[in-house]
Amino acid sequence: MNSNSLSSSQRSEKLQVKGKLIVVEGIDGSGKSTQIRLLGKWLKSKLLPVFMTEWNSSEMVKEITSKGKKKGRLTPTTFSLLHATDFADRYERNIFPLMRAGYIVLADRYIYTAYARDIVRGCSPKWVCKVYDFAIKPDVVFYFRVPVDVAVERILVGRPKLKYYEAGMDLNLSNDQYDSYRIFQSRIIEQYESMVKSDGFIVIDGASGIEKQQQAVRNTIMKLLPGSS
Amino acid sequence: MTGLKQQKQEQKQQSSFKTTRQNDALPIASIGARPLQYYGHSIPYLHETQIKGRFIVIEGPDASGRSTQIVMITSKLESDGHAVLNTGLRRSELIGGGILEAKRNFILGKRTLSLFYAADFADQLENKIIRALQAGYIVLADRYIYTLMARDAVRGIRRIWSRNLFGFAIKPDLIFYLDVDPGELVHRVFQKNSSLDYYESGADLGLSEDMLDSFLIYQRMIAKEFHRMQKHYNIVPINGNRSIVEINTDLQNRIDKFLIDVSIVK
Repeated sequence: MNSNSLSSSQRSEKLQVKGKLIVVEGIDGSGKSTQIRLLGKWLKSKLLPVFMTEWNSSEMVKEITSKGKKKGRLTPTTFSLLHATDFADRYERNIFPLMRAGYIVLADRYIYTAYARDIVRGCSPKWVCKVYDFAIKPDVVFYFRVPVDVAVERILVGRPKLKYYEAGMDLNLSNDQYDSYRIFQSRIIEQYESMVKSDGFIVIDGASGIEKQQQAVRNTIMKLLPGSS
Repeated sequence: MTGLKQQKQEQKQQSSFKTTRQNDALPIASIGARPLQYYGHSIPYLHETQIKGRFIVIEGPDASGRSTQIVMITSKLESDGHAVLNTGLRRSELIGGGILEAKRNFILGKRTLSLFYAADFADQLENKIIRALQAGYIVLADRYIYTLMARDAVRGIRRIWSRNLFGFAIKPDLIFYLDVDPGELVHRVFQKNSSLDYYESGADLGLSEDMLDSFLIYQRMIAKEFHRMQKHYNIVPINGNRSIVEINTDLQNRIDKFLIDVSIVK
């Protein structure tokens, strides 16, 4: 997705932003949540002000989304807009004000998740991109690249059943939920890969060891912190 | 919508014509099927959808008489043999309730509220409006995206952003705006509710400490947005300061004329 649209909204928000925004992206089971949690611990141990935010976690929106999901009647456009509502709520309430106050905001998924999923679900890419163009551009986006089989294996261990939308069953990819899930995740990977260059993702090998990944993450973040040049 | 369901709806539709259509009825407005027409980026997965019905929107502030007019028009159109679907903002079963809840608690930011309304609107557009139009209904909407865009604009959201956000909305055939002088509006609101609504007074904007002042300023701001949009969206202003009957005659004449025109073209 092109990043020009992001800068235009930053101009309109003429308010000064002192904090940093660090984002992790990748499919389910790519290991990104583990990595951002470890990063948070490290930053907190340095006594830096840290705020963590997760995709689809606004309480107010969650209730409604899950109601619609249960009914199984969410069209891709409604689905997209409900997630945008969730994001906007967290953005207006937490992300933007905290960044202005100088916090390091760690986001487990950001607008790139919306791009990838909504486009796979059949929304217009240009439309989605413009809907989210109010969001500030992150300082760093880590993309956890992992082969689809590795990620799917990690998710399915000990999970007898997937949720309807989680498996992408609304896309009619396959009648088998595991097949559907695998195809759905592969398509999301394609979308992510198309953004790596245009959106300046820093790629982390999500199949490598946890400690090694965390070291790579910390090395990048070190350069952003106060006192380093 | 696929095969069976659509067929069912069409059957229902036909039978309603048989039973309610009268001898002096207008020609059916819904003969030719047409693709959907959008304001902005289309909904890609609906590219094969065709509609046969007609879509009419009545816009206007609270207490401008919209719902009274919609009841009257619906009744006239039905007696003329048309199947009519009424719809409005905040009526989606899916999330309509959530919006009220959230507003009651005053917890939403401007962009969050805007997206929330857009989600609710998308649900209604795809699950109600487009389906009814496919089945040949005349859809009468009590407000549409213009109210939502006007509210966004006066709250400081860039117009170009809202225009894109609601770009997936399909274009109505007719859009009327009941233009009522804010001074007159105040009287009607008090007659109806004896108090001013928090949001309809723009109280969240901090325009004035006085609620009445706030209401007047806010309604003028909204009206200004409608005048701005008038040309671009082909909105027909209707003098709403007149009596209910006068307004109804005006609206009904325009609608009847349109329905005759499209039935001749087809």
